[in-house]
Amino acid sequence: MAVSMDLEELKETFSFFDDWEDKYRFIIDLGKDLTPLADADKTEENLIRGCQSQVWLTHQLIDGKLHFQLDSDAHIVRGLSAVVLIASNEQSAEAITALDLDGLFDELDLLAHLSVTRGNGLRSMIERIKHIAAHS
Amino acid sequence: MSIRSDFPILARQSRGKSLVYLDNGATTQKPQVVIDAIDKYYQQHNSNVHRAAHELAEEATQMMESGRSLCQAFINAESRKEIIFTRGTTEAINLVANVLTQRIKPGQDILITELEHHSNIVPWQMLAERTGANIKAVAITDDGELDLNDAAAKLTKNTALFAFTHVSNGLGTINPAKALIKMAQDVGALTLVDGAQAILHLPVDVKDLGCDFYVFSGHKLYAPTGIGVLYGREALLEALPPWQGGGEMIEHVTLTSSTYQSAPYKFEAGTPNIAGAIGLGAAITYLNQQPIADLVAAEGELIRKALAALQQIEGFQLVGQPTERSAVISFLIEGSHPNDVGTLLDQQGIAVRSGHHCNMPLMTRLGIPGTVRASFSLYNNEEDVERLIAGVQKATTFL
Repeated sequence: MAVSMDLEELKETFSFFDDWEDKYRFIIDLGKDLTPLADADKTEENLIRGCQSQVWLTHQLIDGKLHFQLDSDAHIVRGLSAVVLIASNEQSAEAITALDLDGLFDELDLLAHLSVTRGNGLRSMIERIKHIAAHS
Repeated sequence: MSIRSDFPILARQSRGKSLVYLDNGATTQKPQVVIDAIDKYYQQHNSNVHRAAHELAEEATQMMESGRSLCQAFINAESRKEIIFTRGTTEAINLVANVLTQRIKPGQDILITELEHHSNIVPWQMLAERTGANIKAVAITDDGELDLNDAAAKLTKNTALFAFTHVSNGLGTINPAKALIKMAQDVGALTLVDGAQAILHLPVDVKDLGCDFYVFSGHKLYAPTGIGVLYGREALLEALPPWQGGGEMIEHVTLTSSTYQSAPYKFEAGTPNIAGAIGLGAAITYLNQQPIADLVAAEGELIRKALAALQQIEGFQLVGQPTERSAVISFLIEGSHPNDVGTLLDQQGIAVRSGHHCNMPLMTRLGIPGTVRASFSLYNNEEDVERLIAGVQKATTFL
């Protein structure tokens, strides 16, 4: 992950947006800053199948902290993945388990992207991250 | 001539802007008269149909059966016995696939096409699994039209059934239904036409088409969800066994065996969607009062304008270039996922659908993950088209 922002900076940036355009341009840019997954990692095993777009997730446990890498074939989902990573990357399994990602998406006014009808794999991605944390 | 003001929802806002509703392929909005008809039924006539000997039941039965007669006339069926109410297109196809089980022999072919919606694929796959039949599919050209030579090659004496869509929900292709039915009849195959996307935009005359089955959903015709129609030729329906068992569909029941009603009731087990059937009747009555041919022509003109302008936008890629197109513009923006475009249009108050549109085999054939689909109805206007064009233009600046 190359996104250099921390969670507080992210929340502050979002608080300045007063129209959807700035917000979505920023989300798309966040996604562009993510280090793309190598094609070799875009395996069936790492694929989180969403109804509409595809998301891949890999993880490594290094010194008690979980390191995630995420990628998607859709710009906005990639950007929203970056938001998830900013909140959850390089933390202990316990900290990730305790994370309220729904609360974060609500605070950023992005909760609609987690609804089941979106079917964009974001909900499944969060569930997979929580599952990995619970079993690490 | 505009019928727009008859649809109250079109006056609402979405994302703080006036709503541009271009997801009519998924479902259409409802005119006030349909909403009122359902309301009035529940307020004044609610009762179970066909059984009770009281005034309310008589009224409810009469209202529901009048919906059936309106459907019969709307598609020019020979008899009202040929109109079976279902939950929608999907249930209608499942009904046919189930009652045909005894007729299909191992090794026979069930022919579909690469254009089909999953609901005109999966029930046939399940039928093939039950019977040992093979699924074959008519290929399409790169423009998104059926390859008629391939259809001719795949329709053989071994074809038990040919099921195809009248209009493609993903690309808008209008198929030459009458010619395809003739080809199927020449080899003795049964025919089922999926009319979900056609029923509002094309005049449908089942007698002229000559098909064995024609299916459609009410909700794509300004009627409520949960009601649809299976048309079947009367002689064929009489010869087929029932699907679901229960009340309404029986003539006489003992603890060990039953005799059944004749069509359509034989295929309508349980309390039907009475309000839905009444709503469907109201929608057809409403449509019968409109200058449909003029409205469809105006809709076609709007789509031509939209296509011409959209194709000027850098990065716009039209998906499917059928000669005969109905109400659908499917597209991609270079370098982006259809989901991105759908989200960016949604933020501008423009409702479209993005994804595979339950057309996964079609998208695989075209080598794309899906499309953005703007689908029109008779109430869309010039402003909708201008907003769509501006919205797509704006989306390209993000991607």
